[in-house]
Amino acid sequence: MTALAEGVAGAGGVAPPTPVRARRRRGGAWRLAVLVVIGLYFLVPFAAPVWFTVRDRGAGTFTGRYYAEIPGAPGFAEAFGRSLLLGVLTVVLVLALMVPTVVLVELRLPRLRTAVELLTLAPLVVPPIALVVGVRSVLAWAPDHFYGTPVGDAMFALQEPALPWILVLVYVVLALPFVYRALDAGVRNAGLATLTEAARNLGASWPRVLLTVVLPVLRTSVLNASFLTLALVLGEYTVAAILGFQTFPTWIVQVGGSKPQLSVAVSVLSLLVTWALLLLISALDRRRRTEESS
Amino acid sequence: MPFFLYVGVVLLLPIGVLAVEAFRSTDPTTFEESWSTDSIAAIPDGPYGRAYLGSLQLSAIAAVLGAALGLALAVAVLGARRGRLLRRLVLTASGVLANFGGVPLAFTFIATIGSNGVVTVLLTDLGLGLGGFSLYSMTGLALVYLYFLIPLMVLTITPALEALRPQWREASDNLGASGWQYWRHVGGPILLPPVLGATMLLFASSFAAYATAKALVGSSLPLVTLQIADALSSNVVVGSESIGKALALGMIVVVGLVMAFYAWVQRRTQRWLA
Repeated sequence: MTALAEGVAGAGGVAPPTPVRARRRRGGAWRLAVLVVIGLYFLVPFAAPVWFTVRDRGAGTFTGRYYAEIPGAPGFAEAFGRSLLLGVLTVVLVLALMVPTVVLVELRLPRLRTAVELLTLAPLVVPPIALVVGVRSVLAWAPDHFYGTPVGDAMFALQEPALPWILVLVYVVLALPFVYRALDAGVRNAGLATLTEAARNLGASWPRVLLTVVLPVLRTSVLNASFLTLALVLGEYTVAAILGFQTFPTWIVQVGGSKPQLSVAVSVLSLLVTWALLLLISALDRRRRTEESS
Repeated sequence: MPFFLYVGVVLLLPIGVLAVEAFRSTDPTTFEESWSTDSIAAIPDGPYGRAYLGSLQLSAIAAVLGAALGLALAVAVLGARRGRLLRRLVLTASGVLANFGGVPLAFTFIATIGSNGVVTVLLTDLGLGLGGFSLYSMTGLALVYLYFLIPLMVLTITPALEALRPQWREASDNLGASGWQYWRHVGGPILLPPVLGATMLLFASSFAAYATAKALVGSSLPLVTLQIADALSSNVVVGSESIGKALALGMIVVVGLVMAFYAWVQRRTQRWLA
């Protein structure tokens, strides 16, 4: 849309003010074919699992029992609760780390921007499974080199199976690219320099500026980043599985072997939750855009 | 800044340790550690070599297919008549689906065309069958990967398509060019770098995928990610841990090269589509 507007503006006074829209050509047929085929490909694996879980094949009737089974399934509450807690902790930690960083880079240390950008994008280059192999190697130092020292104890404490903080630490790294992109977009559009200068001139301290000026201005970006991070943590399997912790996704895989219907039902529900989170983000994005343009 | 400290400890340190320890090996009898390239040298052999080949093939096929279909979808949607609603729908859905890999994806496909899936049962009842297709094969895995690769392609290529100025098309029309000639001489060459770049991105994404493959096929297919997990969980073979590290290091190198190429292509793209 913007490119179109620029194109028209770029033509200057010479361009006739009317057309823009190119003449329609033939080719409706292939377009329809593409849309139908790809649409089917995306809709069928979405509808089939629902059918799979509400249809009782033996009796030929419909049933809701696979969904009713979920809350009471052994291990479900524990695994889901843990994933949710990990998600919340990750959101808090990643925001505490990144909001000050992004603001500081924007206002005081613009020469660090490239470094920060590269480092936040690095997790996209390192496959999670490779990262987790490295993390395992580091954790293996605890019994080998640090046994009985405070560092060693801290490393063991990170691996408490009930609440594995090490997962939070790794998830923060995995979330960096998304969080940085969301926050950076918000900061760039906010005119933060003026606002913070005004606040400082009125005598506000830096922590106060962060809490009462920066955070409210960035609220859509912060929400956006939080939802993305939460969705990421709720669906993360690789790191948890390799480090041997029980989270929601690893529980689904474990159950999948013995109770296919149950695992599919849980998958359908978890998809709906994730999609709701992500749709909320895009709704927020659209609201922000209309706010800016008005 | 705490940011650099954090990234240093949780991201760079593990990668550094990985890069160093991939060159250490443990003697099977004395358990003494020493420097060696044994683990790295083991990569091209036997199961590990096959795993790399399998992963590269799967990722290449899935990336090319995903890029072609995603491009077709993006072009179809952007050019559609009365397409604003359709376009918003497809872009929003892409944003959601591109982030949706992993375990639930595998299970939805198992419920659809797994051995007991809804579509499988339906086709068998109709007497058609799946014609030798199996979800638990490389082809099946590629089919599943496309579910998040196509939306990823739509998301990455849409900005480039939107930046194609209508004036270019009008100019070539006015000069008497056919649709084919426009794409052959104008649109195609401009779009080639971003399409290549996006394909690289798709490749890296399917190369690194583990959860979907694991939930779908266990460890029965030759894929690097599955081999790494196997090597780590095996307590029987001494030194398999070190093989796992070497394999993981290899993955970082492959993805790093691909992404470097992507960055280079991106810079070239800026020239026309800034």
